[in-house]
Amino acid sequence: MLRDVAVIGVGITKFGELWKKSLRDIFVEASLKAIENSGVDHIDSMYVGTMTSGLFVGQEHIGAVMADYLGVAPVPATRVESACASGGAAFRSAFFEVASGHSEIVLAGGVEKMTDGADVTDALATAADQEYEVYQGITFPGLYAMIARAHMHQYKTTREQLAHVAVKNHKNGSMNPNAQFRSTVTLEQVIKATMVADPLRLLDCSPVSDGGAAVILCSVDYAKKLKKPFVKVIASAQSSDTIALHSRDSLTELKCVKVAAEKAFKQSGLKPSDINFAEVHDCFTIAEIVVTEDLGFFEKGKGGEAVENGLTAIGGKIPINTGGGLKSKGHPVGATGIAQIIELYEQLTGNSGERQVKNAKYGLAQNMGGSGASCVIHILEAV
Amino acid sequence: MISPRYHREVPQRYRLEAGKCKNCGNVSFPPRLVCPKCKSKTFETVNLSREGKILTFTIIRVGPDKFSKETPYVVAIIELNDGVRLTAQVTDCDVDKVKIGDKVKLVFRKLQDEDLSGLHCYGYKAVVI
Amino acid sequence: MIGIVGYGSYLPRYRIKVDLIAKQWGADPEAIKRGLMLYEKTIPGLDEDTITISVEAARYALQRAGINPQKIGAVYIGSESHPYAVKPSATILIDALGIGPHVHVASYEFACKAGTEAMYVAYSLVKAGEMDYAMGIGADTSQGAPGDALEYSASAGGSAFIMGKEKVVAEILFTHSYTSDTPDFWRREHEFYPRHAGRFTGEPAYFKHIHNAGLSLLEKSGSKPSDFQFAVFHMPNGKFPQEAGKKLGFSKEQMEAGWISPWMGNTYSGSSPTGLSAVLDVTKPGDKIFMVSFGSGAGSDGFIFQVTDEIQKVKALAPKLRDMLDNDKIYLDYGQYAKFRKKIILNE
Repeated sequence: MLRDVAVIGVGITKFGELWKKSLRDIFVEASLKAIENSGVDHIDSMYVGTMTSGLFVGQEHIGAVMADYLGVAPVPATRVESACASGGAAFRSAFFEVASGHSEIVLAGGVEKMTDGADVTDALATAADQEYEVYQGITFPGLYAMIARAHMHQYKTTREQLAHVAVKNHKNGSMNPNAQFRSTVTLEQVIKATMVADPLRLLDCSPVSDGGAAVILCSVDYAKKLKKPFVKVIASAQSSDTIALHSRDSLTELKCVKVAAEKAFKQSGLKPSDINFAEVHDCFTIAEIVVTEDLGFFEKGKGGEAVENGLTAIGGKIPINTGGGLKSKGHPVGATGIAQIIELYEQLTGNSGERQVKNAKYGLAQNMGGSGASCVIHILEAV
Repeated sequence: MISPRYHREVPQRYRLEAGKCKNCGNVSFPPRLVCPKCKSKTFETVNLSREGKILTFTIIRVGPDKFSKETPYVVAIIELNDGVRLTAQVTDCDVDKVKIGDKVKLVFRKLQDEDLSGLHCYGYKAVVI
Repeated sequence: MIGIVGYGSYLPRYRIKVDLIAKQWGADPEAIKRGLMLYEKTIPGLDEDTITISVEAARYALQRAGINPQKIGAVYIGSESHPYAVKPSATILIDALGIGPHVHVASYEFACKAGTEAMYVAYSLVKAGEMDYAMGIGADTSQGAPGDALEYSASAGGSAFIMGKEKVVAEILFTHSYTSDTPDFWRREHEFYPRHAGRFTGEPAYFKHIHNAGLSLLEKSGSKPSDFQFAVFHMPNGKFPQEAGKKLGFSKEQMEAGWISPWMGNTYSGSSPTGLSAVLDVTKPGDKIFMVSFGSGAGSDGFIFQVTDEIQKVKALAPKLRDMLDNDKIYLDYGQYAKFRKKIILNE
């Protein structure tokens, strides 16, 4: 019998090129903020989501490193990895440890240090099929570009519609003090940016970022005792799909999203139309479009139209990526899943300032690994 | 040093050897231990067809280090005539003229070099026919 | 009857016109074209090398031979641009084509005649009764130093010949080799480009060895030039083979079908073997072919072939050389050519 779980505190660093801060510095900074913010005086356990600290900075055994540097040793500390869904998966692990009653206070954090000189393209490509996709010369943008081309071919999604995702997310990010890019971009700028992997251009792609984020989970009962604002986790779901894009059932659908979403909606007793806003994994503009369709917010093939018509803007039918998304907020890989939870928390506790979604009651966070080989979805409820 | 890892994949990369499930007939490329369709564990070796068509593709203009001097180049998901899909570069083509639906055949080419003193790594690429 | 049971060639699609090379180095394009009788040459793609070229040529040879690859007892590739200094090119080829592992493999090197060496040894093993089938391949992605005369001709391509004793399409009647220590052209270990001794490569090297091998072959076989329908010689450019053939008594008409260097360039170990392939594509049963290769250093291998009825059954089973030479060409400029041939210093 699982007990109810709450998020009672959050902490996040600035996302961007943090030349002066190491992987450890970044994680500790975010974690200390979360611990302070939550008002707890200790944690029982911690999970760290990070994708390739080994390739980026030569460091594995991240659980131990971070427990040491955060000063919380000897609590159990485990590194969780699911490519770009590492953060979401770390949160899910923390959720289970609290929900099962095994621990009371658990920290779920995510971090990535991508600017120390490793080849980013090679490192990120480890999320794809190394022997049968990467060996052939594909890159990450290349995989999503193939999805984009197939989606454009099948559903007539346009170049402009993809650009609208970037424009909207930059607009939202400009109101987020921790976002990597606080400048807005125009449709023209996105459409004319340097080509990376046809048809995706530079401004269709999330950036290379350093950053860390952490949240504190505990049981709802404990949260009530602390008398601090908290939000409730009402669904936690995860799914997997084939590692290689070419092995998928469909090239225009992210089955992992559909499967996880179905489970999450069943767990929470909600329907897509009950969700007030969502943080989705816009590693590339096309990803946001396909994900919003596969989450059930829009009919298949109509995701492009939806963003073009402002349905996903703040104030629209279902605001998507109010914090700027990966595009403008930044995408320190392991931290992203946690950062999504933090945006949900801020919105649901009425703390989002200019970005506030009115009457936000249910928020959904969708975190995804690789080209759609893993997906983690959480639904949080305002209390 | 990649010799063992490279050597293991030679039957697939050189000869397109795949595993056909003896129970349901589904072909897995590369071969694997458990059939993804019926979960059976017995397979027979088959060689894939060398011809197919392009389902989707991209033109890589910013490549990974190893391929950075070869851009722009086309990578496509190809469906072979026997129904199996794989990812491969489309070589010897005008990158702007490649289209979804183009018929291709697979040819033997050098995919990459390990480095200046390491292995030459060979495998399949596609050419439009 | 022992001879060729299957043959195949492969040329890359890329070309560069000799004019562009001349202009790059301040030479007069017309003078070059006139003097060397070369117009354009083949260039290997960034993903092609002697091994990939050999695999495609051998695949076509297998298509024509129509035999189970497992029956081949030996595979030899002759080249002066083997991708590895130590690791025979054919070890990769046999795995690519499903030949072996009960097979003998070696790499041959003798400048431009490494291909005919591979052919000669393959033929000899079958003749000696050692095995039913053996394959000899000549393929190269030869390099010419920038601004040097060889840059106009050094090109890429290759041909494969499967020797056997059943369903022979071209019987080998006679062979003869003639070799001496003649330092006309060579490459030291670790050097990227070969070096040559200018005009010394002509009379004392190319012409002497082809002529002597040719004369001995005619004598051995008791034949005269007019007994042959076709003649193929090593083609370092367009001019030399015509002169060598004329000296031996062959006419331009006899040499026409195999004279492909003006559009192919000099594919070194692939040169006369590819000329032979072009000839086989247009022969009729009963035709006799006279072929002499040349490799600097120096030596010549001579062969006399006689085509059988079987040739008509196999010609169409794989692409013809002339089709590959004349169609679907992709022209490059000098900059692209320099990049493809790795002549640009990279930060590696």
